[in-house]
Amino acid sequence: MHIDEVIQLDSYSIAKEQKQEILLEQLNKLTLHHRHKCPAYDRLLAAHGVSNNPVTEIRDFFPLPVRLFKEFDLRSCELEEVIKTMTSSGTTSQRVSRIFLDRDTARYQSKVLVRIIQHYLGKQRLPMLIVDTSAILQDRKMFSARGAGILGLSTFGRDHTYVLDEDMQIDFELLNSFLEKYKDEKVFIFGFTFMIWQYLYQPLLESGKKIHLENGVLIHSGGWKKLIDQAVDNETYRAALRVQTGLSRIHNFYGMVEQVGSIFMECDCGFLHAPTYADVLVRDFLSFDPVPFGQEGVIQVLSVLPHSYPGHSLLTEDVGVIVGEDDCPCGKKGKYFSIKGRIAQAEIRGCSDAHAFDKR
Amino acid sequence: MNNKEKLITTFCDALGIEQAVATGELEYNSISEWDSVAHMALIAKLEQEFDIMLDTDDIIDMSSINKAEEILARYDVVF
Repeated sequence: MHIDEVIQLDSYSIAKEQKQEILLEQLNKLTLHHRHKCPAYDRLLAAHGVSNNPVTEIRDFFPLPVRLFKEFDLRSCELEEVIKTMTSSGTTSQRVSRIFLDRDTARYQSKVLVRIIQHYLGKQRLPMLIVDTSAILQDRKMFSARGAGILGLSTFGRDHTYVLDEDMQIDFELLNSFLEKYKDEKVFIFGFTFMIWQYLYQPLLESGKKIHLENGVLIHSGGWKKLIDQAVDNETYRAALRVQTGLSRIHNFYGMVEQVGSIFMECDCGFLHAPTYADVLVRDFLSFDPVPFGQEGVIQVLSVLPHSYPGHSLLTEDVGVIVGEDDCPCGKKGKYFSIKGRIAQAEIRGCSDAHAFDKR
Repeated sequence: MNNKEKLITTFCDALGIEQAVATGELEYNSISEWDSVAHMALIAKLEQEFDIMLDTDDIIDMSSINKAEEILARYDVVF
């Protein structure tokens, strides 16, 4: 199957056996492609004794530590073909990832994102409230993960309204006019998990203001680290937002700048779901062998989209647990899982070092 | 101004490009002026000029000026 056919498939209706067949074909092709086009990647795999033969199990795809994108410029296309370089948000003193996109990969990403998000928002674009500042989109060639996220999701909105000013304060005049204008319509709210909490929820709570977004669908992402530090988990988050804003349709998603597009959306049952174009594995902290469903470990993510950089099989620095496959009460097929946190101060430099790190 | 001219003018205004560049074959992401940021501004401008509201699929599929014409025709814009 050609990649252009794969990205046309429905996101959540393909059962395990067929999905495995599709993924094996695509990911095996990608491994060869990246080995051919990215010499550093080929050397790394060769050094780990990975043969050029196709693998027969998803678990056998070499999980490239995401950290390597911070230390090396890994690229599987010509420099002239790069249309956009994306960078991770880069917390504290850590270095940022650099991800190179060519036209094809950028197109696969947009198409797949549309397929997935349409399940939650429908085909019609909705009035969109963005919990961020428009200043984020200034530099157009170098995209932060934040800018790329906002822009990617903007496709699903119209009348894009950035509700924060440059000092990250709520622009109440703008907010109120948006709410008034669309009070009887379904609206779409997008923002980053922590920023929604810090710059929308907290100021509303402190000033005793409530807003009415009962008709809204909130999609948010960006990680839980800062919120877990404040003892705010997903349930607390949802409940608090509901009280202050009336929002009841809230969907978190798990994704990373290294695999934009094939995101893992939270279903109505509160689980993250692997779409047709992606898969998730959980590996043991020490042995790195895949663990059974229900057991915590390090998350590996696979995606059929990355063609311009070797990011189709990545070992993340996140800890999670797979709950099941194809049998979530929400009705969506695919593996479903939860994130439990991050590996403490993770600095994985290849599998040989990786098992030195303990779970926090 | 007929709709074809209006389409070209809208592209030029939204992307900040010259008429000479705005041929039917001009493709998304082939020039720095037509990147993903500009694309959303372009969409807003097209919707305003032609008084239509595009679906998400159409936004993603609008990969060239010719394709834009084809998509707008589906919204009863006559070329």
